[in-house]
This record gives sequence, structure tokens and C-alpha cells, in this order.
Amino acid sequence: MTSAILRQHAEGEAAKLPPLLARAEHLAGTVLLGEHGRRRAGLGDDFWQYRPAQIGDGARMIDWRRSAKSDAQFVREREWQIAQTVMFWVDNAASMQFSSGKNHPTKGDRAQLVAMATAILLQRGGERIGLTGSALPPQRGEAQVLRMSEFLAQTPDTDSAADFGAPVASGIPAHARTVFISDFMGDLAPVQAALTQSADHGVRGVLLQVLDPAEEAFPFSGRTIFESMGKTIRHETLKAADLKERYLQRLAGRKAALSALCDLAGWQYHCHHTDKSAQSALLWIYRALDQAAFHGRGFA
Amino acid sequence: MIGALGFTTPALLLALLALPVLWLILRAVPPSPARRLFPGVVLLLGLKDDDTVTDRTPWWLLLLRLLAVAAIIIGLAGPVLNPEKQTVGNGPLLIVMDASWASAQSWRARLQSLDAIIAQAGRDGRRVAAVRLSTPEQPVFQSAETLRARIAGMGPDPWAPSENTMREFSNLLGEETFETIWMSDALDRAGRAQLLAALEKHGAVRVIETTRAVLGLLPASFADGAVQLIAQRSRAGIAADIVVQAHGRDPAGTMRVLGVLPLQFDADATVASGALSLPSELRARVTRFEIKGAHSAGAVALSDDSLRRREVALIAGRDDREGLELLSPLYYLNRALAPSTDLLDGALMDILPANPDVIILADVAILADAEQSALLEWVDAGGLLVRFAGPRLAASPISRKEEHPLMPVRLRSGGRSVGGAMSWGAPKALAPFSETSPFFGLAIASDVTVSSQVVAQPDPTLAARVIAQLSDGTPLVTRKTIGAGQVVLFHVTANAEWSSLPLSGLFVEMLARLAVSSSTATPDAADLAGTTWQPIRVLSGFGALEDGSTLPGVKGEDLLKSPLGPTLRPGVYAGESRTLARNINLAGEAFAATNWPSHISVEGITRASQTPLTGILLALAMVLLAADVIASLALSGKFRLAPAIIVLLALLAPEKPAMAQTLDDEAAVNATAELVLAHVLTGNQALDDTANAGLLGLSEVLFFRTSVEPANPIGVNLETDDIGYYPLLYWPITPEQPRPSQEAYAKLNQYLRSGGMILFDTRDAGIARFGGSSPNGRALQSLAAPLDIPRLEPVPEDHVLTRAFYLLQDFPGRYARGALWVEAAPPDAEKIEGMPFRNLNDGVTPVVIGGNDWASAWAVDARGNNLFPVGRGFGGERQREMAYRFGVNLVMYVLSGNYKSDQVHVPALLERLGQ
Repeated sequence: MTSAILRQHAEGEAAKLPPLLARAEHLAGTVLLGEHGRRRAGLGDDFWQYRPAQIGDGARMIDWRRSAKSDAQFVREREWQIAQTVMFWVDNAASMQFSSGKNHPTKGDRAQLVAMATAILLQRGGERIGLTGSALPPQRGEAQVLRMSEFLAQTPDTDSAADFGAPVASGIPAHARTVFISDFMGDLAPVQAALTQSADHGVRGVLLQVLDPAEEAFPFSGRTIFESMGKTIRHETLKAADLKERYLQRLAGRKAALSALCDLAGWQYHCHHTDKSAQSALLWIYRALDQAAFHGRGFA
Repeated sequence: MIGALGFTTPALLLALLALPVLWLILRAVPPSPARRLFPGVVLLLGLKDDDTVTDRTPWWLLLLRLLAVAAIIIGLAGPVLNPEKQTVGNGPLLIVMDASWASAQSWRARLQSLDAIIAQAGRDGRRVAAVRLSTPEQPVFQSAETLRARIAGMGPDPWAPSENTMREFSNLLGEETFETIWMSDALDRAGRAQLLAALEKHGAVRVIETTRAVLGLLPASFADGAVQLIAQRSRAGIAADIVVQAHGRDPAGTMRVLGVLPLQFDADATVASGALSLPSELRARVTRFEIKGAHSAGAVALSDDSLRRREVALIAGRDDREGLELLSPLYYLNRALAPSTDLLDGALMDILPANPDVIILADVAILADAEQSALLEWVDAGGLLVRFAGPRLAASPISRKEEHPLMPVRLRSGGRSVGGAMSWGAPKALAPFSETSPFFGLAIASDVTVSSQVVAQPDPTLAARVIAQLSDGTPLVTRKTIGAGQVVLFHVTANAEWSSLPLSGLFVEMLARLAVSSSTATPDAADLAGTTWQPIRVLSGFGALEDGSTLPGVKGEDLLKSPLGPTLRPGVYAGESRTLARNINLAGEAFAATNWPSHISVEGITRASQTPLTGILLALAMVLLAADVIASLALSGKFRLAPAIIVLLALLAPEKPAMAQTLDDEAAVNATAELVLAHVLTGNQALDDTANAGLLGLSEVLFFRTSVEPANPIGVNLETDDIGYYPLLYWPITPEQPRPSQEAYAKLNQYLRSGGMILFDTRDAGIARFGGSSPNGRALQSLAAPLDIPRLEPVPEDHVLTRAFYLLQDFPGRYARGALWVEAAPPDAEKIEGMPFRNLNDGVTPVVIGGNDWASAWAVDARGNNLFPVGRGFGGERQREMAYRFGVNLVMYVLSGNYKSDQVHVPALLERLGQ
């Protein structure tokens, strides 16, 4: 690839960043943050307690205003606010590029938007964010959000990508939170493996299934050849309308299977449709992560 | 031939036999499948179809296709509805046409029918002759093509065949046998039966005639102050409405419809009559009455002098004797002329433009120069001036030495008086009228005497000018012609002072002879005997007027009653002193419909025309095939209803205006669906971009901090956009921006009055104070001069703007020093004891003016980065924050008005409620 073409591609990719980031910021702006303090002394911004100075405390740590009121020296302690690590896996397989209408985005687009908005919220809350696998280890700070959006925007071509994605469970620190976003149309075995592995490491998280309304409604009829996005799988039917009921049964079965998997691993499952507002998915993830934080580890 | 349906190539219909084969072939080919990308395909794997019936083309689709193919086959076979019957005759064919005015109503159809008959005869190889009964001639059988070329120019004659012409024609028939087609005009007349019998001797006779009634209009007469019009028709049966129009020239000389009279035929009546009331001015102009849309000479009634009433202007030299009516010079003239003329009253110069027929000057001696020349001109153009003598004329010096142009003779001074107490002679009687006099033939009333008169000076021309004299030879009435008109002088008064002439019946007759009064009665044949009348305008068969001056004259005795013919055409004829109209329909002659013997076959003119169905069937096939395309697409799932409907609507929908309308509506909906901050486009690109970015930044801040959630800001063009949608306009000032137009200022004032707010920003607080000290300040002063802006003051400490959302005391933008001006508080606003704020006016200030360049302080790019530095370090960021707070306060103030001001009263109100 010549440098010119590389540059052109890079600019094309770069052009995707601001909109995604801006939309994600916009979306994140709708959620008000609450700090989750640790109820114990530590590094943080909020006052926790004054304690008598001990040997080893530097002179700079002594709170002179408090100490002036008595003979002893006091150290001002702040509440310990520990940062969590939240790892994301956003499916970028070919099937995520599907959109049944011009009025709603592709599943991949929605998945990235929700992931980025969640990441921005978490970053504002002081959490560490990262991507599963080895691409983007967890870090704090605004720059991490930028880096993450860069990685997410690297959408592989539809032709070369696998038809259906499998979650990557590697590179997740123990006791981290995890967000998996996919349509989960592919084989369920990798999902099960990933969840089991995560559960073994004390990793909790949420599973967001993003579906297109067409996948939920199956509005097809007549003689049809259905093909997967990568055109590797096909199914021919003479009367598509007849398949609807059985298709919906299978879809419901898959959702139930995912939900059951999550229950087993202590995860939370939610199904989101691209014709609904992204905010609803964001709110659910945020709430689910909060719950995971409290119920999962019980810092309180 | 199947009923009314025939085929040009019936053999092609055999192809219909192949349809069942087609059915079998088509049935075996199923529609192609649709391909769809669908990630959910994994869930479908392994699912089997319940049945495989749709594998084959569905029967209705097959039927559709077969119908299309059948339509094509039948269409190509050339189906024809109502094919023309091919009646083959032989031998010569004689076509007898009435060709009268009564045929004119359907002449076109007659010609087409005739043409078809001749053409058919030509195809059959028959010889044809065509004869018009109106102008009979020996039938000459010739080839059809020769005849066809001739008939195109034929028109109906404005008369009807008479018994004579029909008898004449039956003598011309000869011995040959032929078939006859008689194109009748549907009016019965004497001689028809005899001619029919004569024709039947030579062969079969067919009759073609219309079933429409023939319409005719009888000559108009004048009675009871209105024109009486009578229309008649040949057949009764159904009620019918017709409209009679009166045609004539308007004062500009253009032919117009001067009056309209609707008439109604009752169902069983053949006559309809009505009266058309027209002002005499208009009535005199009417040249003909016509039944609208009939286009036949019979439906035209020409009018002649019988409808005209002459207009006579009476002018007296002395009108100072009010009350003495019997002594008025005009009294007897009035009495004599009123029954038969229209009298005009008024000053001479007012009357002359109306161009009366006659002007009577009773004892008028001196005329002003203008009056005299105008009168002379009028007489020269054909007017009749009648003068009466009297004391004034006798005393005046006119026409003594020189003959006055408007006097027929010279007068001797003084006049004479006979038969009075002091005179020797007895009053003189009238002498009998000479043969050259227009009064010749009138009986002399013996009791008419003349006691005084003006006397004519003996001149060489006098003898020729005298038309009435007294028994002693003194001229009593003299006349001379001037151009086309004439001047007549009665040497006595028009009242009974000088003579008893005005008291006698002779006076009226003399006036009539002078054509002062119009004779309304139509002369009878005896009156007309020996006279010759020249046609002026004659009617064509279609009722159009043609020039008749090239036609020979007509004898008077023939004019009124003789049957019309080539030598006597309907039209207007001119005699010596009047015109007479000869119309086609004479009063008392009713129309009679033809009554043919039962063995004669009578056909209508129009027949059901043959209709080729090929085009319709092929079009049907195309429609069916199009439906097949849609059905096939639908069957294979490729057809989407919505796009198809959109395409259809796009094809059907009217073009641009609707689009523009929707665009306008769209803009309006965009501007109002959500709150939008707007800035005025100044034409300076950098400035507009900054303003937009500034409002974007402010919108973001509002979105995050308050419940105001604006959409992206919009730049508005004051000239073209509707600014009423925006609560706040930010207007950065630059010296080079164009002045808005008057319309835009009107819009802005309307905006300010109806609750809008404009934030003017001179952006120069860093270098100038408020006012006209900077270019931007001067630009603002000039721009805002036409605006309806109230008195201003710097923002007082207790202004609502200082506490609408944040508590503020200064309003920095990029510059911090500039003052902010708002509408001044009313002078009576007083601070109430115990209240923190004055009770200010309820109105929101329509303008906020400052120079702190707020947009630059607010401006952010798409990523949220600030575009311009503000101040330095933390202090600068603080200033930017304050700028944002000012923006928030301003928008809150715009949106919620003085709500915050009212809030301070809440405790007091609650306290009162508690009590």
C-alpha cells in the first residue's frame, strides 16, 4: 500500500472519529453521574476523616488548620475511591453491518455508539476502560476514550470479515467489569466459553444483544434465497412467510439461551433493537454496570 | 361479423387456438427467487417448506398473461365496432337535395353524408348526378369522382324550392331509370308529393333527413314599447330553450350583440314569442335578430326602418314664458311628434353629438359661430333642419342681404301681417301643393289660415325652393339642400300665434311627409307598385349578410309577398326614402314537418360511425403485461409497495410549486420542532461562522446545564427567511453589511413587536465605548434607525437579566468592559420597601445591545473545543464561564420573560393566602 493510499484510508478513518465521538459525548451527556465512593480512607477527592499524625506521615500531609485547634497534629484523610476496570468487546463481524432500512443504523454502528457512550461515562466517573484482547489495555483518561474510538472505528471490510463474531475473553484483568455487545447470531459455544472463563476470573459484566427490527419481525414472503452478510451461508425457501413462526421460535430460544448463560455466570443480559433510541440501551448498561459493581463485589 | 363487431383479418383469430399450449409452457416456468442478505439465516438453516405449490406459476398470473396474449391476437385481427354496411346497388344514382335555408342547420353533416354516398357509389362503379331543387337543372350522370370534387363548395340557398321549381324539375327527368336519394330539409311544402311520384317512376327513392326541428324567426315588429319577436319550429315534442340575439353596430361601428332575449318552446308548441325591450338608441342600431347557434337564413329576421323611431330635437328660441304652455313654440310640435318619434330635449351643443335625425329650431334667430358650424356640418352629413319663423326671426337681421347658410331663402325685413284689425286683406289660405312638392297629394284643409308670416325675398332660386305657398303665391314653406341634408323653413310660427296651421291635422301630415316623424307602418303592395328597390345587403343560406349592391333591383310589388328565389333574395332593400327588409319567414306562414309515405325509407343524416378497436385492445394488452410485471415482482418478493406508490404519486403529483411548498414547510418544521437559536447572516463569511459556532457553544451549554435543549443554530437571511420562528436573534454588526430592504425592516419591526428579541453585538468593546464612536457603532446606529426600538438604559442592578438563571452583575463576552443596554424601565418604577427589586414592567426588552463579542467567547468547534482564547489563564476561563452564564441568563430571560421578577412576590402572595 503506497503512502498516498494509506494516507487516504487513514483520513477516511479519521473522518469517522469526530462524529462517533461527538454523538457518543452527546449521548453520554444525558446521564448524570454519581460517584461511587468506597466508604474508607484512601486516595480521593472527598473528605473522610482527620486522624492523628503518625510516624511516617510527611509534614506536607499534616492539616495545619485542624492541628492549630489542638496540641496534636492531624492528617486529613480522604475517602478511597478505587477505579474499576471496564473492558469492552464490540462485535465487528460482517453480520453487524446489517440494517434493514435507511431509517435506522446498522447494528455495528449502534453497538459502537453505545459502547463509546458507556466508555465516556465511565471515563468521566474515573474508571479505567479498555478493549478485550491485546489491542487496548485498560487505562484512565480522555486519551483512552480517543484511542478506543479509533479502535472501534477500524471496521473491517464486509468481505474479509467473518460472518459472525465470537467474543474475545482474553486480556481481561481479574475482577474487572466486561461489556459484550454483539448480535450473538453466531455459534453460542464461544460465548459460553468466554462467559465461563470470565466467571472463573471473577469477571462480571453485561451482554447486550443488538438486533435489527427485521430480524425480530421477519417481514419476508415469497420465494427467497437468504444469504448471510458474508454470503457464506444460504438458505432457500419457496414460501418465506411460512418460516416466520419457526424462525421466531428459534430466535426466542436463542435469547433464552443467552439469558440462561448470563444467569449462570452472574452476568446480565439485555436485547436492544436498532430502531429504538440508543439512550435506552445506554441507561440499561449504565445501571447494569452499577449493579454489577455493588452486587458483584459488595464494596459497601 | 358478430353483432356490431367486425374484423378486418378474421384469419388471425385462429392464433387463439395456440393459447392452451402457451398455458402449459408458462405453467412450467416458476418465478425467480429473491435474494436477500439476512444475518438471521443461521436460524433458518434446516427449516423445510411445508408445501411446494408455489413452485409453479399461480393460475391467476397465467390467466393474466393469456388474456394479454389474447388481447394482442384479437387486436391484430382488426376488430371494428359498427362496421359500415355495404349495400350494393347498381345503375345510376340521382341525389336530390332541397338545398334550402332549412338545410343550413345541419349542412356539414349533410355534406359528409353526401360525400360518403358518392364515394360509395364510386366504389360500386355507379354514375351519380346531384341536383339542387332550389335551382333545378337537368340531371347529368357523371363519375363519382368528378361530382365529389364539386360538392365540397356547395352551400345552401337562402330560399326554398317552390312548387314551380319542383314541377319544372320533374319535367327534366327524362326516361332513364335510376335510384334516387332525396336529401330533404324536413320541411313540407306544396309540390313535394308530385315530385316524389315522378321520381318513383324511375326507380326506388330513399330519403335522408334530419330529425332535428327546423327553427325560424318571424320578422320583428314594434309594439307596446318593445320589439316583439316570434320564433317557430317545424316539430313540437320536447320543450326547448333558444336565445334570440339582436345584432347591430355599436357607436364605434363594430358589430355587437346589442340585446338578448331567451325564448322557450313549450313541449307541445311550435311557436315561442317574447318581447325585447331596448332603448330607442339601441333599437335604431339593430340590423338583424338571429337565433343563436342556428346558422340558417331562416333563423334571421332582418330589421328595416319599421323598427326605427326618428329622433327629433326640439329647440326653442325663447323659453322664458314658463307656465304659458299653449303659447310655447314647442307645444304643438310636441303634440304632433311625440307619438311617432323620440324627442330630445336640451341645449344644441349637447344634442348634436347624439346625432338626431331631425333638429327643429322654433323661432331661433342667432346662432353662435360654433353652434352654426356644428349644425352646418350635421346638416351636410344628412341631417334635416326644420326652422319655424317667429317674432325673433322677423326682428333679426339674418339672411337679409346675404342668404344665411342655414336659411333656405333671403327674407324681407319685417314680414307681413294680413287679416288683422289694421290690415286690408283677409287671412290667407293655403294654395294646393304642386306636383314637385313633397306635400303633393295632401288634402288642403280649408280652415287653415295664415295671418302673419315672414316673407321671402324674391330671388332667382326662390321658385325652386318653395314647397308650399299661400293662395296669393307667397311662399309658406321653403327648402334647400345642403350636402346630404336639407333645411326647411316654415314661414310661420310653430304655435298658433301667426297661423292656425299647427292646430290642423295637415300639420302632422306635412311633418310626416318631411320625414320628420317616422312612418312605422309597412307599406302595402299597392303603395309599392311601380317602385324599384335596390338590394343593399342580402342573406346567404347560412344567415350571413352579404353585399347586395351588385344584384339587380326588384319590383316593389314583388318585394313583399312573392316567393323568394334567385331573383328575389331575402335582404334589406333601399327605396327612395326608406329601407324595407324582406325576410324568409313571413308572418302567418307556419312550418310543417315532412310527412313521407310509409313505403319510402327515411334515414337520419348521422349514422353510428365505425370504431376501430385495435388500438384499445393493444393498449389493454400493454396494461395487462404491465400488471404481469408487477405481479411477477410481487410474487418473487422484489416488489415493494411503498416505492411503487411513491413513483406513481411522483408521476401524478403536480410539479414545482408543491415541492417548494413542502420545502418551506420542512424549513418551518425544522425551525420550530425544537428550540433553535438564530443569528443574522451578515454576508461576512468569517463573522457568520463565528456567530454560528458561538450559538452552537451556547446551545451545548444550555443543553447540559438547563432544561432548554436547543437544536443546532441557524443563520437567517432577513430578506428571505421567516424570522418569526426564532425567539432570539443574534446580530453581529459589521460596517460593511448591506442594509436590509424595507420589507425586511417591516418584518423585523413586526418581530420586535410580537415578542422577539435581538441581541446586537458591535464586537468592539475592546477598543470603543458604547455609542457612535466606532465604525461598528455607527453601522449599528444606521442599521437600527428604522427599527422600532424603545428608549434604552444600561442594565440596572435589579434587571431580570441579572438573575434569570445565574446571579450576574456583569456580562462579559470576549471583552469584559463593555456596557449592556436594554429597554429603559418605566419612569414610575419605584422600589417598594421590603422588596429587593423594583416592580418593573412586564415586557421583555426587545433589544439587548452591547459590544462584548459574546459569540467569540461562546464559540466551539464540532468537537467542543473553544475556538477563540478569552483573557489569560484561569481568569480568562472564568470570563468565558461568565460569558456562558450571560448567554444562559439571556435565553432564560427570552423564554421565561419576567417570571423571575414575579418570583420575588411569591412569599408575599403566600403570606396573603395564608391569611
